[in-house]
Amino acid sequence: MSEQLKVKTMQEFMAEGKQPEILFWVGSAGSYDDRAKKISRAFVKLLNKANVDFAVLGTEESSTGDVAKRAGNEFLFQMQAMMNIELLNGYEIKRIVTCDPHSFNTLKNEYPGLGGNYDVVHHTQYLKELIDKGRLTITGDGYKGKRITFHDPCYLGRANSVFDAPREVLSKTNAELVEMKRHKKTALCCGAGGAQMFKEPEKGDMDINVMRTKDALETKPNIIATGCPYCNTMMTDGIKAHEKEDSVTVMDVAELLADSQGL
Amino acid sequence: MEYIPNIIFAIALIVGIGFFARNVKKLSRNIKLGKDVDVSDNKSQRWKNMAKIALGQTKMVVRPIAGLMHVIVYVGFIIINIEVLEIILDGLLGTHRLFSPLGSVYNFLIGSFEVLAFLVIVAVVVFWIRRNVIRIQRFIKPEMKGWPKTDGNMILYIEFVLMILFLTMNAADFQLQQLGAEHYLRAGTFPISQFIVPLLDGLSESSLILVERTAWWLHILGILAFLNYLYYSKHLHILLAFPNTYYGKIKPQGQFNNLASVTKEVKLMMDPDADPFAAPAEEDAAEPEKFGASDVMDFNWVQLLNAYTCTECGRCTSECPANQTGKKLSPRKIMMDTRDRLEEVGKIMDANKGEFVPDGKQLLGDYISHEELWACTTCNACVQACPVSIDPLSIIMEMRRYLVMEQSAAPTELNNMMSNIENNGAPWPYNQMDRLNWVNE
Repeated sequence: MSEQLKVKTMQEFMAEGKQPEILFWVGSAGSYDDRAKKISRAFVKLLNKANVDFAVLGTEESSTGDVAKRAGNEFLFQMQAMMNIELLNGYEIKRIVTCDPHSFNTLKNEYPGLGGNYDVVHHTQYLKELIDKGRLTITGDGYKGKRITFHDPCYLGRANSVFDAPREVLSKTNAELVEMKRHKKTALCCGAGGAQMFKEPEKGDMDINVMRTKDALETKPNIIATGCPYCNTMMTDGIKAHEKEDSVTVMDVAELLADSQGL
Repeated sequence: MEYIPNIIFAIALIVGIGFFARNVKKLSRNIKLGKDVDVSDNKSQRWKNMAKIALGQTKMVVRPIAGLMHVIVYVGFIIINIEVLEIILDGLLGTHRLFSPLGSVYNFLIGSFEVLAFLVIVAVVVFWIRRNVIRIQRFIKPEMKGWPKTDGNMILYIEFVLMILFLTMNAADFQLQQLGAEHYLRAGTFPISQFIVPLLDGLSESSLILVERTAWWLHILGILAFLNYLYYSKHLHILLAFPNTYYGKIKPQGQFNNLASVTKEVKLMMDPDADPFAAPAEEDAAEPEKFGASDVMDFNWVQLLNAYTCTECGRCTSECPANQTGKKLSPRKIMMDTRDRLEEVGKIMDANKGEFVPDGKQLLGDYISHEELWACTTCNACVQACPVSIDPLSIIMEMRRYLVMEQSAAPTELNNMMSNIENNGAPWPYNQMDRLNWVNE
């Protein structure tokens, strides 16, 4: 439907006898979830614009096992991890980028103990790197005059201390960045982590995503930015709960950057 | 006859410290019920963490009011201990103000002890008001009912009384010095207790000596009693905060351990050369290790140390997204339950010559419910909030592992999610062959 993205699989690289600069780990959400697929596409548009020689695993990719692990199923996690590691090591993968902080955390921190050692970066870190190295030039007014507040995903921020990269990338859109009261190390969870995404919440007096969206709405933003497909879903639902879907949108950092460049 | 006070003092000291040593032994035995864990790595980083977090109180001051007040009480506690040293030596040797030959240094020390004692009284009163008048949310959660509430107030009362005794003793001493009483040499400055002196006006020298001696004895006996109160109280944190911050997690918060027992099994499963009918090797013939935790002995000893270190401040619970939205989960309760169950196990061992006899109870179910465990988002807010590096999340995770791997007791939706991963490599029921469809949509 839209313009053609240039996406090559590892199999194709192998057939050509080449190695990509980096492997894009799309993740299950980025592959199947309708909203998250748009994030994958936006990120690839930026990679294409910067002429990054990247690969995906395509149909060979499988769940990192992160969500199984957080649910307590260490067996399933390690089965998934070892299958993935066999594949990644077979392809001699050195560097991985992903739009999902959960995949990022698991690949970066939990795979090494099982024999998978890679340089893993989150897509906001990689975008910052592309901009800093001059490979991705950002032009125009972008989101000038718009207020954007960034929601720190737990597994990117608190869990791995990546706070600045997403904010620096957002600042390239010329938007006015406003912080929520609880941000960075004290940011409130969106409610999806620890396998909560896949189950109904326990009995309580409020849903976590509604509380977190309230935090965000207090900054009177035009856009709530996230760097995680699950946070994106939770915040989008939260906006609906507050009946603000007409005035506030939830977008990924990559989408905002791509959009600001007319991609 | 003249040595009787010295002897009584020595006996009190020996009994007080002896009982304390006995409790420390019990504490150490209970903590060692936990599994072994290798924490010999990153020594310099660990020392740094202890210096910064425990000694330097860096995480306390994240909340400025409570943090500042706590620093006062903490500094007061440590510095006034120099005075306690003098008191102990005076008690044993029958001397009075043994360190007074230090002259102006001594005067400065006594003066600053008095100022600190006064600040401690102020802080303790503020703490009491926060707990009992303002009733700050985190102090009135359900798990704080009963003993935890009494314990919190008791500590404040004891500290208050000890400081008052200290100042009363100094006031009487000061008055006796001015009257030129025998033994009461002129030493020390009394910037705070001089204001108590008018209350003692008109008392005879012998009455003043009685006041001074009574305050002196009650103060030191009170300190010995307080030392022995620690084991039964959340106040144990004043000692355990140090080892706990040393052994605290140094990996990224998001990194959960990979269960080694599972790795062994998975490797065997994935090894094409493995003989599925082979008899287990000699060393594997033992009962297979339990996956996850259902009782305190299933945790590692650092997790049990965590439980004893918790001082029930509730910062974890106040930051927990599940708790804030009215769910049953409270990370503080998880730690308190773990400690209370560990104490219970310890008592059973005491009653059975050091052997644990199963009592038909366990941490999971009898203390911590499934509902609490499944409410966790693993967001690490509790871990981040703890001022002494306790990791409630690791306890929750171990118990989830037990529920899923030993009991298949996950919520139905999670079981569906997990079978999806098993069948098609994604938490949703989509065909793996469709993984790249997003490119052309």
